[in-house]
Amino acid sequence: MESQTEQQLKANQTRLIKDRLARVGVTTGGVLVLVALLLIFFYLLYVVQPIFESASVKPIHSFEIKANDQTLALGMEEQAEIGYRFGASGQGEFFALQDNKFADRNTGDIIEQRMLVPEGQITSFARSLPVNQQFVYGLDNGEAIIVQPKFTVTFPETARTQGTRQVERLIVPRFETLNDERPLQVDQQGRALEQLAYATDGEGMLMAAVTGADTLLITKFAAEQNFLTGETSLTPKYEQRTLNAAIRDIAVTPDLNKVFALINNRIVVYAVSMSGTVSESQVITLNGRQFGQAQSLHLMPGAATVLVTHESGIISQWFEVPTDEGRTFKYIRQFDAGGPIIDLEVEDYRRTFYAVTNDGKLNVFHTTSEADLYHEALPNLDTQMITIDPRANHLLAEAGNELTLFKLNNEHPEVTWSGLWQQVWYEGYPEPSYTWQSTSGSDDFEPKFSLVPISFGTIKAALYAMLFAVPIGLAAAVYTAYFMSPSVRKVVKPTVEIMEALPTVILGFLAGLWLAPIIEAYLPGVLAVIILTPLSIIGFAALWQILPSHIRTTLGEGRASLILVPLVLFVGWLSFSMSPWVEALLFDGNVRGYLTNELGVTFDQRNSLVVGIAMGFAVIPTIFSIAEDAVFSVPKHLSNGSLALGATPWQTLTKVVLLTASPGIFSAVMMGLGRAVGETMIVLMATGNTPIMDWNIFEGMRTLSANIAVEMPESEVGSSHYRILFLAAFVLFIFTFFFNTIAEFVRQRLRDKYSSM
Amino acid sequence: MKQWFRTGKPWVWLTAGAVSVSLVAVIGLVLMIGWRGLSFFWPTAIHQMTIETTTGETRTLIGEVYDSEEVPIDRVRQSGVEVDASEGELITRYLMKIGNREYVPLDFTWVVEPTIIDDQTPTDMAIIERTKDGNFYGRIVAIEQQGERIANHQERDFRDVLFERVERAVELHEQGLDLQEDEIGRINYQLSELGLEERRLKLEGQLTEQALAELDAERERLQADYQQLEKQLFAIRDKASRHTLIVEDFRGEEVAIPLYRVLDVNFPNDMHLLAKIGHFFQQIGKFVSEPPREANTEGGVFPAIFGTVFMVLLMSVIVTPFGVVAAIYLHEYAGKNPVTKLIRIAVINLAGVPSIVYGVFGLGFFVYMVGGSIDQVFYPEALPNPTFGTPGVLWSAITLAILTLPVVIVSTEEGLARIPSTLREGSLALGATKWETIWRIIVPMASPAIMTGLILAVARAAGEVAPLMLVGVVKSAPMLPVDGNFPYFHLDRKFMHLGFHIYDVGFQSPNVEASRPLVYATSFLLITVIVGLNLTAIGVRNHLREKYRALEQ
Repeated sequence: MESQTEQQLKANQTRLIKDRLARVGVTTGGVLVLVALLLIFFYLLYVVQPIFESASVKPIHSFEIKANDQTLALGMEEQAEIGYRFGASGQGEFFALQDNKFADRNTGDIIEQRMLVPEGQITSFARSLPVNQQFVYGLDNGEAIIVQPKFTVTFPETARTQGTRQVERLIVPRFETLNDERPLQVDQQGRALEQLAYATDGEGMLMAAVTGADTLLITKFAAEQNFLTGETSLTPKYEQRTLNAAIRDIAVTPDLNKVFALINNRIVVYAVSMSGTVSESQVITLNGRQFGQAQSLHLMPGAATVLVTHESGIISQWFEVPTDEGRTFKYIRQFDAGGPIIDLEVEDYRRTFYAVTNDGKLNVFHTTSEADLYHEALPNLDTQMITIDPRANHLLAEAGNELTLFKLNNEHPEVTWSGLWQQVWYEGYPEPSYTWQSTSGSDDFEPKFSLVPISFGTIKAALYAMLFAVPIGLAAAVYTAYFMSPSVRKVVKPTVEIMEALPTVILGFLAGLWLAPIIEAYLPGVLAVIILTPLSIIGFAALWQILPSHIRTTLGEGRASLILVPLVLFVGWLSFSMSPWVEALLFDGNVRGYLTNELGVTFDQRNSLVVGIAMGFAVIPTIFSIAEDAVFSVPKHLSNGSLALGATPWQTLTKVVLLTASPGIFSAVMMGLGRAVGETMIVLMATGNTPIMDWNIFEGMRTLSANIAVEMPESEVGSSHYRILFLAAFVLFIFTFFFNTIAEFVRQRLRDKYSSM
Repeated sequence: MKQWFRTGKPWVWLTAGAVSVSLVAVIGLVLMIGWRGLSFFWPTAIHQMTIETTTGETRTLIGEVYDSEEVPIDRVRQSGVEVDASEGELITRYLMKIGNREYVPLDFTWVVEPTIIDDQTPTDMAIIERTKDGNFYGRIVAIEQQGERIANHQERDFRDVLFERVERAVELHEQGLDLQEDEIGRINYQLSELGLEERRLKLEGQLTEQALAELDAERERLQADYQQLEKQLFAIRDKASRHTLIVEDFRGEEVAIPLYRVLDVNFPNDMHLLAKIGHFFQQIGKFVSEPPREANTEGGVFPAIFGTVFMVLLMSVIVTPFGVVAAIYLHEYAGKNPVTKLIRIAVINLAGVPSIVYGVFGLGFFVYMVGGSIDQVFYPEALPNPTFGTPGVLWSAITLAILTLPVVIVSTEEGLARIPSTLREGSLALGATKWETIWRIIVPMASPAIMTGLILAVARAAGEVAPLMLVGVVKSAPMLPVDGNFPYFHLDRKFMHLGFHIYDVGFQSPNVEASRPLVYATSFLLITVIVGLNLTAIGVRNHLREKYRALEQ
C-alpha cells in the first residue's frame, strides 16, 4: 500500500518535472520568434554599421634610416613589407618596413641602395600618379631620368617536413631605369629643368618642365612599336611657352592631354593633342574665392579632378564640367585642413586624399562623399612627408630621419549619410545630382551611391500599385462583407484569397512578357477599360432599376458581382477591339509616336502602368482580406439599428459601418503598402530597372528590392557596395516594420473596441 | 435620376463591379496560363507553305504555326514586304517555327498572309526531336545503316521500322547517359573525395607514406574502373551511331540526321484524336520527368521540380516544430504581458518583412557567417573552395523556414483557439498536467490546423523566388541534391527551382520566343501545385470549423 503511494508520488514527480521542462521548452520556442526578428534587425545593422565609421590611423612602429640627404619621395609596395625612398643626392634605397625572419630582414634594414643619377646634376624631381609608380629626376642639362621601383614576388619552399610544406612569400626589390637606362631629352636647348611634372599612360609619356622661372616646356613622347623587333621607340615633340609670371607648380594628366601651370592665383590649362601640339584651353582664376595664395596642384586618380592647396589650409577641388562653351573647369567643393599644407597624397584607386599641415596634423578627406574622415596630430609633429601603400592599408610618415609606419583603417570613405541622401556633384556631371551607379568597367571609376533614385522608384512603384489596388480592393471588400449574399461570399472569398497565393514570379513574367506588349499595342484600349468599366456598370445599374421587380428579386442584388462578370468581359473585349480604330482616328495610328512627339512624354515598354497593374493585382488580395474582415466584424446591431431608423443601406454603410471599420481599413491599406514596397519579382521583371527619377507613368524605375536582387550576387563581400545593399535591405526592413506595426496596433485597438460593444 | 443617385444604389453596383473585376482577373489569369501551358503539349499540325518572296520567286517553308496577329498594312510595308492591299487595312501574319536550326539563321520567321500561295498539311511530315539544335521538320525518306539504306519510305512497314529504330536509339542514348551520370559520375565524385582526403591528412600532418600509398592505390583502382566504363560507353556510342535518318527538308534537299541524336519522331498531321490525346499526355509526362536541354529552352523541368520539392520538404522539417511550439506558447502559456505583445508584433512583422530582406539576411548570416565558420571548422581541406560557405539548398530551406514561420504560427494558433476550452478543463480536472493535456488532447485535435499551416507554408515557399536568388538557386544545377553517392543528401549543393526557372527562361534565355511556351507550361505546373495546396488547406480548415462547431454544441 505504502509502496504504491510512493510509486505514485514518484511518478507524479516525474510528471511534474516533465511539465516544467515542457513549459520552459515551449516558452523558449515562443521567445525564439522574437529572437529571430531581432537577429535579422541586428545582423543587418551589424553589416551596415562599418560604412559610417571614420578612418583610424594607428602607429605600428618607428625606425631610423641612415641617409644624409633630403628625401624627395617615399613609397611602399603592396604588402607594406618594403619601403623605398628617393634622395636629393640621386640615391635610392629600399628598406624593410617589417621584421621578416625568413628573409633575414629587420625593420629599417637597407635592402638595396643604388646611385640612380650622378650627383650634382639634379635640379628637379617629379612622380607619376601613384598607380604608375614612376619617378623622374630632372637634370641641369635638360634631360630627365625615369626610375621605377619593381618587386618580384616568389614563394620558395622553405622546409619540407613529413607531409607538410612551409611556403613563405619573398619579395625582392630592384630599381629599374626606363628607356634602357638612357636619359630622355626634355629640353632641346639643354637648359636646367627647375620644375618637373610627369605622366604616362603605360606607353607614351608627357613631361612639363619649368626653366628660367617663367618658361614652360611641354614635351610629349609618343610610343611606337616596331613590328619586327617588338621594341618601342619614343618620338619626342617639343613645345615651349613663356608665361608672364613665375610658375609656382605644374601638373600633367595621365591621359596625356592636359598640362596645368599655376601662376599667381591662376591656373593656365594647356590642351595637348595626340601629336603633341599644345594650345591654351582655359585660364582658371582662383581669386574669386578667399582661400589665399594657391600653392600646389595635385591630380586625383582618373585624372578628372585637380586639387589646389592654398596658404590658408584650404584645399579646393576643380574638375571639368560640360557647359554651353564646351567642357570647362569649375570650382566644386573645398576641404579645410586647418593650416598650411606641406604634403598631400592621393590614393591609388579611390578618391581619398591625405594632407599633412605644418603643425604635424594629418587630415583625411574623400572628395565624392565630402567626408572629413580624420583630423588628428601625428605623434611626431614635424612630419615632412607621408606615403600610402597601393592598397591603402598603411601610411608611412617621415620626420627628419625617423620613419613611422601606421596601420590605416579607412574601409568605406566613399559613403556618408549625406552622400547617400543628398545631391552630390560627381566628376564630369554638369551639376550636383542624385545618381545610383555602383559599378563600371574601369579601375578609376567614381562609384555613385545615392539611395534617393531607388527609394524614389520604390515609392513610385508602390504608389501606382496602390492607385490601382486600393479602390478595387476596398470596394470589393465592402461589397463582399456587407452586400453579398452568404452563398456567393463563400465562393468569392477563397477565390480572391487564392489570388494572394499566386507566385509573384508568375505575375512578373506575365506583366513583362504578356501585359507590357499588350499595353504598348493597345494603349487606348487600356485607357478605355479604365474609363468605360465604371461608367458601364452605373449604366447597367440604371437599366437594372427599370427591370420588373420579380426578376430583380429572383436574381438578387447579393449576386450583383456575378451578374456583372459578363458585362466586365464585354467592356474589356469592346475596348480592346476598338483600340486600333481609336488609335487610327485620334492619334494617327501611332499613340507612342504621339506621346513622344506631341506631348514629349517618353514611353518605355516596361513602364509604371504595367507595374501598377501587376503589383496592384498582387496587393488587392492583401487589402481585400483584411478590410473584408474589418467590415464583416462590425457588430450587426449597429447596422441594424441604422437601417431600422430609416437609413438606406448605402447610408448605413458610409455613415455607420465604414466609420466603425475605418481603423481596420486603414490597417488593410498599410499592410498593402508594406507588401507593395517590398515586392521584388514583379518590379524586377516588369520594369526596365533604370534608376531614374521621374513620375511619368510611361517610364520605368528601379526599386530598392529589385536593386538588391540585381546587384547583390555580384557585389564583393565586405565592400562598400555590399554594405550599401544591406543598408537598402535595412531601409526596407524598417519601412515595412513601421507600417506593419502601426497596422497591427490599430487592428488590436479595433478588436478590443468591438469586443466591448 | 438624382434621387436614384442619392439612394446610393449606383455606388453599391460599383462596389459589386470591383468584385467582378477581381474575379475576372484571377480566373482569367489562371485560365489563360492553363490554356497556354497545356496547348504547348498538344500536337500541332505541320504546315508546308509555298511563299512568294519580294523578288517574285517562290520558296517553301515547313513548320508549325506558332502565333498569329493582325497588323496594320503600313507596318508590314515598313518591314519591306510588298502586299496588295488598300491603306489602313489589317492583315494577318503568322509566326512560323521552322526549326532546322543548323540550316537557317533563325528558327522563327514571320509570314504575311497574302504572300502565301499554297498551304498544306501533308500526312508524311515528321517532327524530329533532337538532343541538339532543337526540332527538325521534314519528310523522312529512308533509314541508313553505315551508308546502306535499310528502309525506304515507300515500303509499307516503314513507320514500324522507323519507330523501332528510334526506340532503340533512345534506349541506347539513355543507357549511355545513365552510364555517364551514375557510374562515371560516381567515380569522379570519389576521385574528388580522395583529393580532399589527401589534403585533409596533409593539413593534419598525418599524410604518411603508407596513407599516401593507400590513396594512390584507391585512385588507381578507380582509374581502372573508369577505363572499363569508358570502353562500355564507347561501345554504346558506337552502336548508336550506326544508323542515320535521311530527311528531306524545306529546301527539298536530303539531309542526314544521326539517329543517336534523335529523341522522338512524330507525324502530327497523321494523328487521329485519340493518338493526339495520347501524345498530349506523353508530352506532359516527358515534361515533368526529363531534364532541360539547350540552356533550359527545351526538354523538361524535372531537376527544377525535384529541387523545389526537396527544398520545401527540408524547410517543412525545420519550420513545423518551431511554428507549432511558438503557437502553443502564444495560445496556451503566454500571459497578458508586454513580452507576449512583443512576440505578437514579431510574428506580424516576420510575415510582413519583404522576402528579399530574408534573402539578404540569409546570404550574410547563414551563408557567409555560419557557412563560412562551418567550412573553417569542418572542411578546411576544401578551402579556399567553400563547401557550406556558399549558397546552397540547406541555407535556402532555413531562410524560407523563417519566412514561412508566421504562416504556421497563425494557422496553428487559429486551430488551437477553436478547440473548446471545456476539453482542456476536463482533462485538467481529471488530473492531467498542463503538458499532458496539450500533448495528448490539444495537439492531436489541432493537428489538422497544423497541417493547414504547413500546407500554406509549403505553398508560399514553392512560389517564393526573390530570396532564393541570393541563397542557393541556380539556372542549371549539374547534380541533384540527392544522389547515390555517400552521404546521399548533399545539403551544400545548389539547386534548381520552378519559380526561378520561370524567371530565368522567360527573361534571361537567348531565345525568348522559343522558350515562351515552356515558361507558360512551367507556370501552369507551379500554379497547379500552389492553387492545389491552397485549396486543400482551405478545405481542411473548413472541415475543421464544422467539426468544432459540432463539438461546441
